[in-house]
Amino acid sequence: MTGNRGLWHWLTTTDHKKIGKLYGVTALAFFVVGGVEALLIRLQLATPNGEILSADAYNQMFTMHATTMVFLVVMPAAAALTNYFLPILIGARDVAFPRLNALSYWIFLFGGLFLTLSFFVGGAPDGGWFGYAPLSTQVPEVVRMDYWALGLLVLGLASVLSSVNFITTVLTLRAPGMTLMRMPVFAWMATVVSFLLLFSLPIITIGLLQVYLDRNLGTAFFSAAGGGDPILWQHLFWLFGHPEVYVLVLPAMGIVSEVLPTFSRKPLFGRPFVIFSGIAIGFMGFGVWAHHMFTAGLGPVAEAAFALTTMFIAVPTGVKIFNWLGTIWGGSLRLKTPMLFSLGFIFLFVIGGLSGVTHSIAPADSQQHDTYYVVAHFHYVLFGGAVFGLFSGVYYWWPKVTGKLLNERIGKLHFWLMFIGMNLTFAPMHILGLNGMPRRTYRYAEGLGLDLWNLVATVGSFTIAASVAVFFWNAYRTAKRGEVAGNDPWDGRTLEWSISSPPPEHNFDVVPVVHSEDDFWHRKYTEDASGNAIPLAASAQADPGHPETIHLPSPSYYPVLSAAGIFVMVVGLVYLPWGLSVVGGGAVVTLWGLFGWSMEPLTREDHG
Amino acid sequence: MIASGHAGVVSILAASPEDQELFVVERQMNGASRRRSVVMIVLAALALAACAGDDPTNLARVVGGDVPQNSLNPAGPTAAKVDSLFWMVLWIATVIFVLVTLALVFVVFRFRERKGRSRTVRQLHGNTRLEIAWTIIPAVILAAVAVPTISTLFEIRAAPDPEDNALEIEVIGHQWWWEFRYPEYGFTTANEMHIPTGRPVYLTLTSADVIHSFWVPRLSGKRDAVPGRLTNILMEADEPGTYIGQCAEFCGLAHADMRQRVFAQTEAEFAAWALAQTEPAALPTEGAAAAGWETFQTQCTSCHAISGTSATSQLAPNLTHFASRTSFAGATLDNTDDHLRQWLRNPSSLVPMWPERNDLAAGRILGMPDLGLTEQQISELVAFLRTLE
Repeated sequence: MTGNRGLWHWLTTTDHKKIGKLYGVTALAFFVVGGVEALLIRLQLATPNGEILSADAYNQMFTMHATTMVFLVVMPAAAALTNYFLPILIGARDVAFPRLNALSYWIFLFGGLFLTLSFFVGGAPDGGWFGYAPLSTQVPEVVRMDYWALGLLVLGLASVLSSVNFITTVLTLRAPGMTLMRMPVFAWMATVVSFLLLFSLPIITIGLLQVYLDRNLGTAFFSAAGGGDPILWQHLFWLFGHPEVYVLVLPAMGIVSEVLPTFSRKPLFGRPFVIFSGIAIGFMGFGVWAHHMFTAGLGPVAEAAFALTTMFIAVPTGVKIFNWLGTIWGGSLRLKTPMLFSLGFIFLFVIGGLSGVTHSIAPADSQQHDTYYVVAHFHYVLFGGAVFGLFSGVYYWWPKVTGKLLNERIGKLHFWLMFIGMNLTFAPMHILGLNGMPRRTYRYAEGLGLDLWNLVATVGSFTIAASVAVFFWNAYRTAKRGEVAGNDPWDGRTLEWSISSPPPEHNFDVVPVVHSEDDFWHRKYTEDASGNAIPLAASAQADPGHPETIHLPSPSYYPVLSAAGIFVMVVGLVYLPWGLSVVGGGAVVTLWGLFGWSMEPLTREDHG
Repeated sequence: MIASGHAGVVSILAASPEDQELFVVERQMNGASRRRSVVMIVLAALALAACAGDDPTNLARVVGGDVPQNSLNPAGPTAAKVDSLFWMVLWIATVIFVLVTLALVFVVFRFRERKGRSRTVRQLHGNTRLEIAWTIIPAVILAAVAVPTISTLFEIRAAPDPEDNALEIEVIGHQWWWEFRYPEYGFTTANEMHIPTGRPVYLTLTSADVIHSFWVPRLSGKRDAVPGRLTNILMEADEPGTYIGQCAEFCGLAHADMRQRVFAQTEAEFAAWALAQTEPAALPTEGAAAAGWETFQTQCTSCHAISGTSATSQLAPNLTHFASRTSFAGATLDNTDDHLRQWLRNPSSLVPMWPERNDLAAGRILGMPDLGLTEQQISELVAFLRTLE
């Protein structure tokens, strides 16, 4: 292999680990963008009648903050870890469709760039990340919401493709002996997430297409005057949008389920229950969407039904929390940074989960709905939950990916700053919401009693920003002079710790044969009669295998080419009718890419 | 952007006697709020000295209390039912939170690995009885909570009992103001709703453009106003007073400035108000006001209505009794001559709007345009509007 680092290499790579890194770097870059948007929002709201942003700019900021954090940060960050570790965790050498994997990434990247482009051509989307019709279809001559609808369509395509890929990988590429129930919980949650995306994205796809058609072709799917129904959009959006919440948080739950056992020196307590509760959350997640619509006038019977389903989704969530407590109970807890983030996750997620239960009380939700109380709730779930879980995974797997350990002292500073900042920012929002502050308001009047807690929240948001800066400093410092990690720095339990850090391109010299769950731990320890862990003598040198004979997927530039064509197409679709010629140009590029792809020889002659 | 300052005082002087009284009550509430008032008055003086601007959005003067939109301070039966249900659930949630957090903190301290003291760890894989217990116990708690939830839900969503003689009001959301129609009396007003105390009020909501949400937290939870659909709120105010709220569903550019005021009055006061509102406007016949009416007919009637005249358009607030209102522009601005002048010079300077995107034929109104009025026309229009008692 030559040119391992050049731009061309990265553009054409089909290695799941490199694609994982691409996802990760992109997610971090957008994390900074979405964070700056959040800081601008908080600056505007620091005082009554803030004048940092105009109403127009503010509406763009909150729309893009949510869109960015959901679709361009949390989802790709989870995709980064899934890409990198799912194959390794199940003992595979790559995903099932490596070129499709590359295509997913490039479509995602171009979708993100397309959304970002809107800032420079007349303003970003300003109708909310939820794009309620008919507001989102009201002014077709201003193309901001076309960027939003088409951008989400493109990002959805990327997610569907990678879901198909992950599901196939899990179903077909597990190592010998890696039964489904022996799969690490992170792999399980990635699988559940893939199914959620596969079933929920088609729903939003139809909805987004209808928004686009209402705006551009004068259809009236969501126009009451034209015989359509604005509420239909809400059903379509939330039938996707609520499973999407679990798409964001289940990977974090998977990470926590890996980190807690490792740093407690104990297996996951109630493993099958943790897995099945994850599956149950996935199923139930499709039956609770209308709790986002408790004020829309569905009628008390429908509201009662969705209040019930929403309440009871708390049960499998609770099962997970209790099993995590059972896992650390009686363990030998090493409070390293990954562990701190996982413990922080539990604490914050309990708060977010319980405030979620208060939303399921439909009459109470008639007061809380669309207020800062809701903003507080879902930031406890998505920041305290998803982001803390993802950072736990980042600190946990960083040494495996880079070969170097992130600095512990700086990591702990990062954790505590983020933990304090998170609570300073979002806890006061509960009070603000109950005190009558609606969401998505670019200013609030004096005399409403909202001044103090808004100022506190703004101070908190800058504390979070400082913690993120600390993380980047840690990453930079580690790259310069980090401690070398070795293969197994945490005394890990799963297969990724059995290979070198960073892993070789083919992951495993010899495909492992799995004998139990936590297979790698069982190569290092045994249990005596009463279940105590007894270290084993280091085993004999493993079979070195014949890495030079391993078949690896060849690089290909067709995925990035096909994705670039899609980007050109959607740019053209914004500017109908003259944009049609641009659409045609993009279609040619994509078809060229897909055709070349299908003609590409499966094995290169020059390899091996 | 809007000229802002801290001149709440100016607004107090302009407010109605009732409002002043409420303001005095608030002043007496506690030392902290008094200190804050002193600071505010100093700031107000400074702001006045600096630019003679004022803060049109300060709501402290409108209504008593430090937190006038507090959803936990119910002033009527609907809000009270929701409030007690919320507190019950909040207490249960708090107990669970404290127990789980205590368990978490205990485990972390109890089982923390200490330097140089490694110990063997028993590899516990699970316990089916525990799993069953912590599945069933939360389910039972939730089932218990579900009972009052659903009964309260059906209570607050019920239509009024015909015997209660509920007052019906039609609420129509517009970008960015509220239209209130009183079918029982046959008049229409905007942004400020008057209701009698001790009598249920049944709101029927819809929207003329995008989705809005009517929310006066102390009286009831919110309800969306959806184009093409009718939704309802059944509410009641226990005591006379001013209750404020604002649109709760994001409705575009000036969503934050779409406010509403509800004045709860005794039955007699309400009846007097309603009777006055039912009267057609008495048009001025001489002076500046009459000249203002001429200007109004050429500049304003394609959107605004004044009942009893040829001005009948429903696109913008009905101005028949404009001078009887305490506020305008989505109840964001106090109804003072200064605000009116500034508004007539350039409406978008006070509240962000997009009049350039108006499409009257399609009924799409995104703000009042700058009409390019002369100062004299503005004075005459203000004089005219002041006659609309």
